[in-house]
Amino acid sequence: MNGDMVQGYVALSGILFVIGACGLMVRRSPLVMLMCVEIMLNAANLAFVAFARYLGNMEGHVFTFLVVTVAAAEVAIGLAVIVLLFRKRDAADVDDVNTLRG
Amino acid sequence: MTAVLWIAGALAIAGALGVVIAKTPVHSVISLVVNILSLAALFLSLQAEFLALIQVIIYAGAIMILFLFVIALLTARRDPVERSEGKLEGQRELGIVTAVAGGVLMIAVAFAAGLGRMPAREALPAGFGSAAAFGRELLTTHILSFELTAFVLMAAVIGVVVLVGRRQL
Repeated sequence: MNGDMVQGYVALSGILFVIGACGLMVRRSPLVMLMCVEIMLNAANLAFVAFARYLGNMEGHVFTFLVVTVAAAEVAIGLAVIVLLFRKRDAADVDDVNTLRG
Repeated sequence: MTAVLWIAGALAIAGALGVVIAKTPVHSVISLVVNILSLAALFLSLQAEFLALIQVIIYAGAIMILFLFVIALLTARRDPVERSEGKLEGQRELGIVTAVAGGVLMIAVAFAAGLGRMPAREALPAGFGSAAAFGRELLTTHILSFELTAFVLMAAVIGVVVLVGRRQL
């Protein structure tokens, strides 16, 4: 594995991260925003795995595993919050969730 | 290896774009599955066999099913979200500009750091990326983070039960 390959993987990771960030800022459906966070986490994972392969060191793999676990926990909590929002009101749009607004 | 990077990379980008563009959440989920599976292929091309498995089983299996269940329960017969313009003026343009600017900065830094000029390294330790090597690394060097992972998962389970569990027991 040479440096050019690492560069390719890191560039792909950056592109995926940008797409996820775009979606997070542009979309207003809470479900889609959660999915965009998943895309961003996956993009970071790709960079971790690419560098782990280049350095021949498995610590990047361990970190990716931890990120996947935290993502699972985050999705569970996030979806629970979304279910609660839908129960309270027809809040399909995050713009309508402004109870805490000062 | 380069061919895998190009094909799976293009699929991953297409899937991610599909998530952002799709009007209905179910289509977003299906695009996200495409994205996740192509990332698993990329992991395989990087000799991360165990992580590719994890990616398919946990992400494409468990997490996406959770999404599908919530979508089926909540938004089945509902009008699509985002019928009207948002309350924030110019949200779309500002969001795209901000994200692209940040991303260009990020990739420019990665390129300026001279990743492409790094010397080639081919030698890999034996069993790199296998479940055995991964387990050894996780349960010896990183045992504390492994235990903390268990704690995080337990906290998430308790949190979900407290949030949406039945109140009248």
